[in-house]
Amino acid sequence: METLHLDLPSLQDDTLLPRVLLHGVVSSGNLEVLVEPGRDAARCIFEVQTAAHGFAEVWQAVLTDFAARHPVGGLSFSIHDAGATPAVVSLRLDQAFQSLRGS
Amino acid sequence: MNASQPRRVWNHEAQRRQVRLLRGMPFARDKEVAPGNVVSLLEALLEPGDRVCLEGNNQKQADFLSESLAACSPQRVHDLHLVQSVLALPSHMELFERGIARRLDFSFAGPQAHRLARLVQSRSIEIGAIHTYLELFGRYFIDLTPQVCLIAAQAADAEGNLYLGPNTEDTPVIVEATAFKSGIVIAQVNERMACLPRVDIPAGWVDFFVVAPTPNHIEPLFTRDPRHITEIQVLMAMMAIKGIYAEYGVERLNHGIGFDTAAIELLLPTYGESLGLKGKVARHWALNPHPTLIPAIEAGFVERVHSFGSEVGMEAYVAARPDVFFTGADGSMRSNRAFCQTAGLYACDMFIGSTLQMDLAGNSSTATLGRITGFGGAPNMGSDARGRRHASAAWLKAGRERSGDGTLVRGQKLVVQTVETWREPNHPTFVERLDAWQLMEDMGMDLPPIMIYGDDVSHVVTEEGIANLLLCRSPEERAQAIRGVAGYTPVGRARDRAVVENLRDRGVIRRPSDLGIDVRDATRDLLAARSIKDLVRASGGLYQPPKQFRNW
Amino acid sequence: MMSTALQSYREATARQRVQGLLDAGSFTEWLGPARRITSPHLAALDAPVSFDDGVVVGQGHLAAQAVVVIAQEGLFNGGAVGEVHGAKIRGALLRAARDRPQAVLLCVDSGGVRLHEANAGLIAISEIMRALFAVQSAGIPVIALVGGTCGAFGGMGIVARLCNAIIISEEGRLGLSGPEVIETVKGVEEFDSRDRALVWRITGGKIRRTLGEATVLVDDDMAAFRSAAAAEMFGDRPHLERWGLSPDSLHGLQAAQRQLAARAALDGSIRDGQQVWNQLGLGEEVALMSPAEFNLCLEARKP
Repeated sequence: METLHLDLPSLQDDTLLPRVLLHGVVSSGNLEVLVEPGRDAARCIFEVQTAAHGFAEVWQAVLTDFAARHPVGGLSFSIHDAGATPAVVSLRLDQAFQSLRGS
Repeated sequence: MNASQPRRVWNHEAQRRQVRLLRGMPFARDKEVAPGNVVSLLEALLEPGDRVCLEGNNQKQADFLSESLAACSPQRVHDLHLVQSVLALPSHMELFERGIARRLDFSFAGPQAHRLARLVQSRSIEIGAIHTYLELFGRYFIDLTPQVCLIAAQAADAEGNLYLGPNTEDTPVIVEATAFKSGIVIAQVNERMACLPRVDIPAGWVDFFVVAPTPNHIEPLFTRDPRHITEIQVLMAMMAIKGIYAEYGVERLNHGIGFDTAAIELLLPTYGESLGLKGKVARHWALNPHPTLIPAIEAGFVERVHSFGSEVGMEAYVAARPDVFFTGADGSMRSNRAFCQTAGLYACDMFIGSTLQMDLAGNSSTATLGRITGFGGAPNMGSDARGRRHASAAWLKAGRERSGDGTLVRGQKLVVQTVETWREPNHPTFVERLDAWQLMEDMGMDLPPIMIYGDDVSHVVTEEGIANLLLCRSPEERAQAIRGVAGYTPVGRARDRAVVENLRDRGVIRRPSDLGIDVRDATRDLLAARSIKDLVRASGGLYQPPKQFRNW
Repeated sequence: MMSTALQSYREATARQRVQGLLDAGSFTEWLGPARRITSPHLAALDAPVSFDDGVVVGQGHLAAQAVVVIAQEGLFNGGAVGEVHGAKIRGALLRAARDRPQAVLLCVDSGGVRLHEANAGLIAISEIMRALFAVQSAGIPVIALVGGTCGAFGGMGIVARLCNAIIISEEGRLGLSGPEVIETVKGVEEFDSRDRALVWRITGGKIRRTLGEATVLVDDDMAAFRSAAAAEMFGDRPHLERWGLSPDSLHGLQAAQRQLAARAALDGSIRDGQQVWNQLGLGEEVALMSPAEFNLCLEARKP
């Protein structure tokens, strides 16, 4: 397993109530993401444990874009990945964030 | 005129035919050949270097005749030139490995792609050319006319009339070309009948037939288990339906086979219905009877379907829906690949299919290293038809988008490639250079085996959005438009962000949110059927899936 | 958003099943993912871990009655039971024995022991069984729900059969050794595991219901599982007597043993579920019957 840690700037959605949310399942080609309150309102933390090696650049790109398109400041995302494509990663993150918003 | 010059013989072919038939006669009773005599018949009839069409279609295979040919003595039968649609069976490959055949002109080799590549590299086979189906059929009448054809039919009567049944495919075209150029037509049939339900090939065009020991093999190539459709494919299907089908008012179309298009078929009665699209899109189809089309037919979306062939398990359902499918007076389906390919080329406003690789010009290919797969029907279906003259709303709209502000001279067929940006974690779909170029070098081909040319592609749909290539004003813009939907592949990451944003502002690139699609709605719950069993229930029990698709 | 009328139980994740079965908003999770109690064994093997080790446990309400719920995630390692996974199930059962809810709902979706964890997994299964007995001794029914992709096999197949009732869909399967294992050990003539139709005729919901090993056959639909579970909770509990939860429990067990012995003696020659249905006067139409149609047929043929 490869472990990646990212700490990215992001806007905060201050309407979000602090809570914990798990989305997705660790099955082949899929991932689970645990969303928890973070420490810094202006930053978002990502911890990734991935079964696929050598994709640090892709993760960087995917997570940077995610932190840019959604106000995820003050949140922490922990991911267990079993070889999901970037499409599935983005989808799960978007789904997790929308669920957090409760809509 | 010089009196000592021999007079030209003008019926050479007919004479040769008579000589062959005389050699074959001892092995037949009238036209019927006992299974045990087929090898001897072939050894007697065939001559070295003959051009032979061994009916290897996409689905139906003259497998008994193929195995019999492979059992011939290479001393007597050798260096044949095979002209046929598909190389599907192991026995097809044995013909080359044993030296019975030497040269090949074909269209598709899916199941034998690896073995074919190895034979090419070991120089055991010469490939004339790889074609698209309709192109090969055309050459049957010009320079690749078969001298002998070995075909598969459902039944024969005593005279040798043939009934082809639902799975007609290429047979009429093969027989017409062969029979009317003094060729020999040999058929394997599944049964002998006193009275055929209908006569599809008249006895006068048939020279020999054999009742094969087992029914000819038919591959259920067009069955897709809805269980395997993913959320990403549902999302892309939603985008295609809303962003293209609805946008252009696509009424007449063809789907290339795949899970991406199966998802679209299963979303029409649900998502398409919710958009109010019934009766407005997807009404007339050039398509095999896909089981995944059943819900859309039952819901009233699909009005008419013409097919290339049938599909194993769908016979009873098709026969029960004669208002939708083409059927004979006997009640069973009539399919025809040549006519359906023609329909797809000229009478459809859109082709949509998937692929394995695409470059920045929009060229796409399913060729990968070490495999020669060929093309099948896609190059034809996925091409703009320059000969077309009749207008439709979709054709005109696409034409206007392509021509910009200039005067509209002609319309444009919509050719849509729908692909996920990554096939697997290690295989991006979008690449700077197609594997096809490497394959061309490795195999000594004249040209890279490109399935659909970028020139013809109107739209690219990925999970990231839709790129409308018709609106691109230069090759550079086209390349950025493709990069702009190439996701996180190296090609996608190398995009010029400012240019891509501008393309998005202009509507050249549209993201799901631009189409008003919430990605959270893209779930499998949206599929009209989620399992093979659901499809059977949707068909009222008429669909009878082959064993490998059932858990009952 | 357009959706089909049925929400598939089979396609739902463990968490979605818990949400779908319980009254809205009533679920409280124990040892949730934020606690990060993951499998040390998988980590040692450099295999992916899951925050909840593939099982969701907690309490909530079904039809306003208190329940403890346990739901295995079949997509994670085949729902297989490892040390942490097993301890969570055992702990939830013991907690139920203490807190005395109306029932325990056990959503089984498992191939059995997690081989990666070897003895820890085996021990976990036996601890689960003992804990289950403790719950039943306290007069609380344990209701198994079987309808996921893995079915209930191996040690969890045994656990399912220890439950007071099994609610199963026709997609669900119940067995001990998996079909592939049987084929490997005994050969393809004994069991062709790639003949999926055969696998379902031997282990699937319809045949299990016919043989009485499953209590209720339902559609692959969340609402159907939910209402069947509620009915089991509120029903007149003949199953409790059958499985020995009445005061005369030894008597009940002996009666059950006689019944099984009689069945084994009668039906030893039967090798295929279809033969059982043929004996009941049903033909191959069984395969395509909906659960409702099938249940009606069985009712009509009750001795």
